[in-house]
Amino acid sequence: MANYYVARTAQAIFTLFAVVTFSFGLIRLMPGGPMDYVRAQLQQETGNVNQAQINAMVEVYTNVQPDAPLYEQYINYLFDIVQGDFGVSMWYGESVSGILAAAVPWTVFVMAISLALTFGIGISLGAVMAYAEGSRFDTVSTLCSIVLNSVPYYVAAIVLVYFLGYEWGMFPIGGRISSDVTRGLNPEFVASAAYHAALPIASFVLTAFGIQALAMRGNSIRVLGEDYLRVARLRGLPPHKIAFRYIGRNAILPMYTGFMISIGFMFGGSVILEEIFSYPGVGYYMFRGIQARDYPLMMGAFILITFAVVVGIYVADLTYGRIDPRAGSGGGDREAY
Amino acid sequence: MVIVKPTESDRKPDGGEVVQGTEPFESVSSETMSRRERYALTIKEWVVAPMRIVWADWRARVGGFIILVYVLMGTVGVHVVDPPMVGEGPRLQQPFQSMAYPLGTDINGNDLFAQIVHATPPMLEMIAAGALFTTALATAVGTLSGYKGGTVDRLSMTFTDILLTIPGLPLVIVLALVLNPRQPWVVGIILTVNAWAGLARSIRSQVLTLREREFIEASRLMGIPTWKILLKDVTPGIMPYILVNFVNSARTVIFASVGLYFLGVLPDTFLNWGVMMNYAYELGGGVYTSSTVHWLFVPLITIVILSFGLILFSQGTDRIFNPRVRARHVSGPDAGDGDEERSDVTTQIRS
Repeated sequence: MANYYVARTAQAIFTLFAVVTFSFGLIRLMPGGPMDYVRAQLQQETGNVNQAQINAMVEVYTNVQPDAPLYEQYINYLFDIVQGDFGVSMWYGESVSGILAAAVPWTVFVMAISLALTFGIGISLGAVMAYAEGSRFDTVSTLCSIVLNSVPYYVAAIVLVYFLGYEWGMFPIGGRISSDVTRGLNPEFVASAAYHAALPIASFVLTAFGIQALAMRGNSIRVLGEDYLRVARLRGLPPHKIAFRYIGRNAILPMYTGFMISIGFMFGGSVILEEIFSYPGVGYYMFRGIQARDYPLMMGAFILITFAVVVGIYVADLTYGRIDPRAGSGGGDREAY
Repeated sequence: MVIVKPTESDRKPDGGEVVQGTEPFESVSSETMSRRERYALTIKEWVVAPMRIVWADWRARVGGFIILVYVLMGTVGVHVVDPPMVGEGPRLQQPFQSMAYPLGTDINGNDLFAQIVHATPPMLEMIAAGALFTTALATAVGTLSGYKGGTVDRLSMTFTDILLTIPGLPLVIVLALVLNPRQPWVVGIILTVNAWAGLARSIRSQVLTLREREFIEASRLMGIPTWKILLKDVTPGIMPYILVNFVNSARTVIFASVGLYFLGVLPDTFLNWGVMMNYAYELGGGVYTSSTVHWLFVPLITIVILSFGLILFSQGTDRIFNPRVRARHVSGPDAGDGDEERSDVTTQIRS
């Protein structure tokens, strides 16, 4: 079991390492890529300056010293990232880590609530559907789940912002909080934050809960047919114990994979969603970076989003090991052919 | 299986006698299937039986019909509907007002319906390329890893786990910006650059249940090379699963591509629904003014309907994955509908 934790930790660290290496490769090695672009732009802006000065400025922006040997550039880049230095944004003229540090909590806030609601609604609805299998309620909810799931989340976002935002003016169409609220843990602040986050959260939850409900329904129905359930009933165990300990636990376990994939999907989707709602989170800044060809900002946001997802999946993985004793066994120790 | 009753002519195709051995392993099968019969059987097993199940399920029927309409739109439609032209109609005509411009026009007087139709072929090319890439790579990695086990399995699964962890959309955005893809099929492949990893994992776990089966062990003992075992013994066993997931990956490609074209991240080198949405949003003021909102909603609804069709189809065909259902349908249409047709739907539909 300890081995399992070590392996997961090593894998999480290696994933981050791979992503940083990938981003270094993109910045440094692509011909006509970020490095050349930054250089050209600096040359244009500053006019006639010598090569050494340009190189120094390129380093400030991208964390990469163009005149050093490749391995040295790479090691320096790694160390800068580890220390939280992502370079300087060319568009905003501020340090990338400063911009993103202010944005991260908001993205995590929206995503965490979306995930919790998606799986909360999905699991409870799925369980009820499995219980009432074949009834009209089951048929209608199945159809609703499929219909809602076939709407991309950004389409839901556009529809919501059009009707509830512009047409009926029920919800704000941008920003994280109202300007007249003092920051801090007071009720107005929390209410305003929830009010502004409501539509982004709704776009994710509305389009995602259906598929989880269907998955939960399928799992529960399969578990309901197992022999050990009949044994449990024959043993005279109370119904609530059977429902939670036997059915619930075994039906929810397979949904963990879906949960982990949703973490990556939702954080990745923040790029599109936060742009539609003008919600200044990490995805919003990544999009600004893309539009302004502001490579330091873009790559910083990319690394940070990956970091958030890796941490989320890592935590989910560790808790999975706690509730499913089978995790960590199997797999690699099978006979090789 | 269809039992072919041997006739007199079958028994003596070359005028010789069929040797009947006394020992079980020495006897030669008295019936030889002709190539034509084998083809007929293959078609029956892989085309007729799945079609029959598809037809039996209303979801698959509706989904298949929707997909067919889009395919027809991309093949026949482009020859029937004239290509859109700037200024061919009045600016910003509302939909359902005239027969000439059934879905209205955009700010330049472009017929929206014609734009939708003429955007279909490149969209289909992109979707097919992405879905094909995903399923082919996932099948190769998943079957090899599940069948081989040991170090190969551990290494390839660590690799897929790492790919799985990297959030797809930001990765695709970064790649798209650097590579600047222009052909539809290249876009399709870039969009699925890490989408295959999840599928590879679930195919692997399917293979795990197959690898100890007798017929595979027999092949292994006969010294048949690994690639041949994977191709001839393992893959057919999970083919329905692969097909269902082909449809799911198609949906992934549509979602991601339209999202990125809508953002304007991918270069708008060919007419497509995402670019239409982008123009409507940026040029037409998108959601700000109600006179241009149909421009945004026409491509948007086009995408939702196609995605709805794909989901229905994959949900309905999910039953093909259940071998018991399939066996019943191979044996004949009147075998009756049991109550075991319930399958654990949807666990493979993600993202």
